[in-house]
Amino acid sequence: MNKRNIKINVEYLTRVEGHGNIVVDVKEGKLNMCNLEIVESPRLFEAMLRGRSVFEAQHITSRICGICSCGHTLASIQAAEDALGFAPSAQTIKLRKLLLHYEILDSHLLHIYLLVAPDLLGVKSFVPLIDTHNKVVRRALRMKKTCNDVCDILVGRHVHPISAIVGGFTKLPRVKDLDAMLAMLEGMRPDMEASVELFKAVNIPEFERDSEYVGLVSDDNEYPLLMGDLGSTDGVRMKKKDYRKVTNEFVVPHSSAKHTKLSRDSFAVGALARFNLSYDKLHPKAKAAAEAIGIKPKCINPYMNTAAQLVECVHCLEDAIQIITDFKSEGINYDEEILVGVNEKNVIPVKAGKGVGAVEVPRGILYHEYEIDDEGKMVHANCVIPTNQNTNNVEHDMRKLVPELLSKSDEEITLALEMLVRAYDPCISCSAHFLDVRFVNR
Amino acid sequence: MRKPKVAFFDFACCEGCQLQIANMGEPLLDLLGSIDVVEFREVMSEKWDKDYDVAFIEGSITDPHAVERIKKIRQRSKVLIAYGSCATIGGVNGMKNNFELDEARKYVYGQQYTFFPSIKTRAVHQVVPVDYFVNGCPVYIPELVAVLKAALQGIPYYVPDYAVCVECKLNENVCMYERGVGCMGPVTRAGCNSWCINNGNICYGCRGIVSNPNETGAKDVLEKYNIPMDLVLNKMNMYNKCRELKDNE
Repeated sequence: MNKRNIKINVEYLTRVEGHGNIVVDVKEGKLNMCNLEIVESPRLFEAMLRGRSVFEAQHITSRICGICSCGHTLASIQAAEDALGFAPSAQTIKLRKLLLHYEILDSHLLHIYLLVAPDLLGVKSFVPLIDTHNKVVRRALRMKKTCNDVCDILVGRHVHPISAIVGGFTKLPRVKDLDAMLAMLEGMRPDMEASVELFKAVNIPEFERDSEYVGLVSDDNEYPLLMGDLGSTDGVRMKKKDYRKVTNEFVVPHSSAKHTKLSRDSFAVGALARFNLSYDKLHPKAKAAAEAIGIKPKCINPYMNTAAQLVECVHCLEDAIQIITDFKSEGINYDEEILVGVNEKNVIPVKAGKGVGAVEVPRGILYHEYEIDDEGKMVHANCVIPTNQNTNNVEHDMRKLVPELLSKSDEEITLALEMLVRAYDPCISCSAHFLDVRFVNR
Repeated sequence: MRKPKVAFFDFACCEGCQLQIANMGEPLLDLLGSIDVVEFREVMSEKWDKDYDVAFIEGSITDPHAVERIKKIRQRSKVLIAYGSCATIGGVNGMKNNFELDEARKYVYGQQYTFFPSIKTRAVHQVVPVDYFVNGCPVYIPELVAVLKAALQGIPYYVPDYAVCVECKLNENVCMYERGVGCMGPVTRAGCNSWCINNGNICYGCRGIVSNPNETGAKDVLEKYNIPMDLVLNKMNMYNKCRELKDNE
């Protein structure tokens, strides 16, 4: 038995979104502490939302996170429409699915290439790769730009989308816009194939821990991202309004972000969870990519989350192409373009109510829950962020992983832990902007 | 020629403005070819312990630790650029100042609210001197590039001090007031090419208020189109609440 002492304290973990620390304490080969601390400074979004029009909620909550602003937008709109009792049109739903595909593609590619690839290629950031792997960097930036450009066309911009609001879209894509998006997405296919090739060649750390995987589930044949019930690999199934029974948030002393659990000590959300839950519904090309990379359900290696993200990239790209192709043949009804503002013209009838949005954003299920009064003003808001749901699972992984690595150097253990946290693609600003949500006056 | 050492720092914000830089695509490599990025936590693990030629600051100053941190960065930086609404005008973080601070903290954190120190939201220039401003939520990349070029040459950049309406008219958009909804365009600084109105939404005032807003004209417009004044004032508080801060707050 290895009787080592190890103290690891990674302050301000890099190449993740937001601020977090890893703290490990091993005494005489025994693990005393192994925590992921969330130290992001709070922004008090829920407090700020009170009293504002529900028609402004999307604009404000998209500012929680620049990376997942389209995801927050979609969850916010869903919660607002649910509270108002407004049912979006089939065309609107389809365009929102397209937007979500763009969001997942963009975010996953950023994570795979700019945040994770440097670890797999043994450097500190993508900057040295400009010299050593110029083609890879250029491909990454090119794909990223494409995601950005198709978002520009669909919703005005990717960071804080403009035209996706409660009720529908303020601007609908014209035929030339559909053509442009289609050409760009089809043009991305060779780069996507090259990405799969690249991933086949890299070594993913071997580590396994069986966990419960939670995500949206559905009874139809569509890979559920925008809509669905809540489900888990342990057989849980619930409606989205009961999301608090899935998240079961609890407070831990070392983190300002709340933890969650369901059927076991912890659960995971995100690409790997969705892959494990709904593999059968992936696009055939995505399944082929999964086979090429060597990932199959149920995969319990958390480092493989990055591989699952790449599989989802293929799926989202192909399904986005399909959606646009459908719109090209069916046409778009431009009478559905809406102007809402803060609903000065009462375009959308307002009544008091409560609503929940549950959307699969890149990092897992994102919940927004709003309560509004009869004037459409926000009375309460609550959001549960994917990263909050994963933090507890990351810690359980770390506690199994560290004892397996005791023969390695401190540097190797630190890197393995950093890579583990990065594999979950944490969005710490999101998690902490909603940390410790408690409604004292409820 | 020695490449200028450039660093990026984030305070309370969504980190969307730094993402705007990654969204530039391959032209980013041209930019990176002319500068030497020495610190950028979100995408780099490298650190730098000397002075910075240019420091980009994203986010608002919202806690005592941030005040100390920004002061230290200022001391080490020849040129300091505030980029994004949170940094230039306080942005959405300023909405916190619409509430009594301790009450807002209790609402979110319950009785443990004192664990998380917080101060009234401030824009960066309300704490340390700022040399250049790149407004917007998020920043508009053509403007960001223009400011960086000016900063590297040591020449001033002037943020447009006319209303978004000027650009909106040139873009031939139908006025939002004509369409029956209130818009912040008439009092908001231009420079974004009327980004939101081009896409069918209203202006929310994310670039800050022009230095000399035509208040009487704005009142006339509101009266003409029968838009309630508090609706517009409330909108102004979404991004621009911090401008009310006094020096001693």
